[in-house]
Amino acid sequence: MKSGLWHDALGQLRGDRAAMASLVVLGTLLIAAIAGPAFVGFREDEIDWANMAASPFEADGHWLGTDRLGRDLLVRTLHGLRVSLAIALAATLVSLVIGVAWGALAGYLRGRADALMMRFVDVLYALPQVFFVIILTVVFGRGPLTLLVAIGAFGWLTMARIVRGQALALREREFVEAAIVGGAGTLRIVGRHIVPNLLGPVIVYATLTVPQVILVESFLSFLGIGLQEPLASLGNLIADGAAEMETAPWMLAVPAGCLVLLVFSFNFLGDGLRDALDPRDR
Amino acid sequence: MSAFAFVVRRLLGAIPTLALIVALAFLLTRLAPGGPFDEEQSLPPEIRANLETAYGLDQPVHVQFGRYVAGLARGDFGPSFKFRDFTVSELIASGLPVSLTLGVAALGLALALGIPAGVWAALSRGRAADRLVMTFAVAGISVPVFVIAPLLALLFGVWLRWLPVAGWMPGRPSDLVLPVVTLALPVIAYLARLTRGSLLEILRAPWIRAARARGLPECAVIVRHALPASLLPVVSYLGPAAAAVLAGSLVVETLFGLPGMGRHLVQGALNRDYTLVMGMVIVYAALMIVLNLAADLVYAWLDPRIRAERRL
Amino acid sequence: MPLLEIRALTVEFSGTPAVRAVDGVDLTVDARESVAIVGESGSGKSQLLHACIGLLAANGRARGSVRFEGKELLGVGHVAAVRGRGIGFVFQDASGSLTPHLRIGPQLAEVGMAAHGMTQEAARAESRRMLECVHLPDVERRLMQYPHELSGGMRQRVAIALALVARPRLLFADEPTTALDVTVQAEILALVAELCREFGMALLLVTHDLGVVAALADRIAVMQGGRFVETAAAADFLAGPRHPYSAGLLAAVPTLAGLP
Repeated sequence: MKSGLWHDALGQLRGDRAAMASLVVLGTLLIAAIAGPAFVGFREDEIDWANMAASPFEADGHWLGTDRLGRDLLVRTLHGLRVSLAIALAATLVSLVIGVAWGALAGYLRGRADALMMRFVDVLYALPQVFFVIILTVVFGRGPLTLLVAIGAFGWLTMARIVRGQALALREREFVEAAIVGGAGTLRIVGRHIVPNLLGPVIVYATLTVPQVILVESFLSFLGIGLQEPLASLGNLIADGAAEMETAPWMLAVPAGCLVLLVFSFNFLGDGLRDALDPRDR
Repeated sequence: MSAFAFVVRRLLGAIPTLALIVALAFLLTRLAPGGPFDEEQSLPPEIRANLETAYGLDQPVHVQFGRYVAGLARGDFGPSFKFRDFTVSELIASGLPVSLTLGVAALGLALALGIPAGVWAALSRGRAADRLVMTFAVAGISVPVFVIAPLLALLFGVWLRWLPVAGWMPGRPSDLVLPVVTLALPVIAYLARLTRGSLLEILRAPWIRAARARGLPECAVIVRHALPASLLPVVSYLGPAAAAVLAGSLVVETLFGLPGMGRHLVQGALNRDYTLVMGMVIVYAALMIVLNLAADLVYAWLDPRIRAERRL
Repeated sequence: MPLLEIRALTVEFSGTPAVRAVDGVDLTVDARESVAIVGESGSGKSQLLHACIGLLAANGRARGSVRFEGKELLGVGHVAAVRGRGIGFVFQDASGSLTPHLRIGPQLAEVGMAAHGMTQEAARAESRRMLECVHLPDVERRLMQYPHELSGGMRQRVAIALALVARPRLLFADEPTTALDVTVQAEILALVAELCREFGMALLLVTHDLGVVAALADRIAVMQGGRFVETAAAADFLAGPRHPYSAGLLAAVPTLAGLP
């Protein structure tokens, strides 16, 4: 029966044109981020003294122009994409692990333990994630590791809520009752029966979490509280571009366009997955 | 339960939340490797020790916490570590009116534009107006504030020269137009989408068909029968909307140079000014709690009438 | 001239798969006459009624001719004027006919004001009178209540009142008692019969319950798969149906139901 669900889901997903297009776009962006810089003739910190702040197609070789210091914009953007993606995926993974573990346990245990665990989630929900992350960066400095841990540490809330809801429902199902009666231990039940059935919603919300993480990180980098030189994410690039907006609009347009494309695609893909895998949400 | 009892109960429930945030913030700042004066290499050790004593940093942690909480009760958030001439309270007091004006105006604008846009889209379903509104909505939701802000500043401030781009002079309302609009845009987009979806769903309800069958004019059906029911999800969204506005204000205030709390917070974060950051976060948390409470109140006021429908 | 004249009515719904709910149906209803359309669930009975007053779902299309008092209802804009004023509608599920967030009084009053341009005072008086006509106890209190504060039977009475406020000449009733307790069903049926007599209305009733037919109908049309398979006077039909499907329907009625 489970294979039937996946089969239907894949079929439905293939029919969702926006989701499919997004998958293609994301795949392209991923390949570009990983392999792209090798194909561009310049390194990201390479300064081309002759071509400062050149617009796209103007200077030879610089397809998307250069920035204020003469660095090739295309390669900088690709590197920015790499950094943004790396942090986003890593932080999402952290959120995933914490969120699934927290939610599954709370949903399975029910009663006081559940109430307590979810109350904790509610408290953290009171304030937008950004504020907590800012506190952490103030305390622990502004490196990528801090950012990763900070975002992951506060991004698991929604995932925990969703997972807990599913776990609660699953616990009532017959096969779990049967396992309990059969004498299986808590961990085994959670691991073998509950978690695999959570896979659907988890995939959906993980996909939808990534763009949120990207936005939080970019937000902070834009303000200067995120990543520092020499590391530059799309957020940093957008900040640089915003400063030069009047004279060199491409410096803003290129990284901003890349970011928007990335976020759009993840959102469309996540929506498509949700329609395909979560029949109730229709 | 009367409204008063409801408010009191929710406020009491919010106290642990606030307390936890205060404790969390305090703990994190005290856990920090190094202190607030580490970056200033020019300080000789004796002066540094004096400063630390003056700020009470040489006391054990729980004593510091106790003093901090006591200070909070008096409205004293401690001194700013970087802006030596100001206390945090003064900085909050100077920034709060600006931020509140910005936030309230943005939310008000969002409600005034977003809901009618959503209604219009729902009523023109499938036609050009609907597609137009929805495309704009998707763009507004997916394009982050820090991309929209520079673009709008460029368009209206620099190219068209219609509106001032930076600075804040009390009494010059045009200063606020760009920041408010920028901050409101994502919320307008979300509200439009939400209202449209909700109204379309309500219009499929059996009692709407029944109202039409009675011969009521279409505009009465929509305004009196469909709209009030479709606004419930919108009210639920008010809490998250306020949160989005709060977070977005950090960018907007920084970019447009508004001397609000958000800009102070960002400065504090850049300077690693612990007390300032903590104080700001606590105020923001308190604001969120109050706003969420207000949203819940409105929902509860609308809800009893629709309780029967919701139970189905 | 018959009050309602339906000719070659066809109702189709687009989608996958496309459905033809009503397939070329003819029917007339004269003034003060009660006609019952009988059939099992899914035979297209409700869609027939919805199509007549232009309240099909968005993906539905009606073709053919439906004339009320000589004027065509399908396609042309006349149908809006007929709703409520010419033809009243009682739905199956009363909870689904009352707007949950409005009180009973205003819901009744607005129909009066919209249909006949009554003043608020006149509309309120009319609302009171209608609730008394449907024998709702404690009228003053009911006017101020919300739908969810009333029981199922009371809600159906209010729904009937709503359908009658504008004084229609023809009443459509779509399974008016199906959603009610058995004990309440007889009362509501009696009420409908009484009101039709009192207000001189014709009745077009849709039901799968032959007991209801026996109580209310002068004529009966049996519907199967979107078509009428038999039409007859009710008494003749109950005595001896001619079509095998109708016979099957009659045979399926448990003998303890309200057959006279």
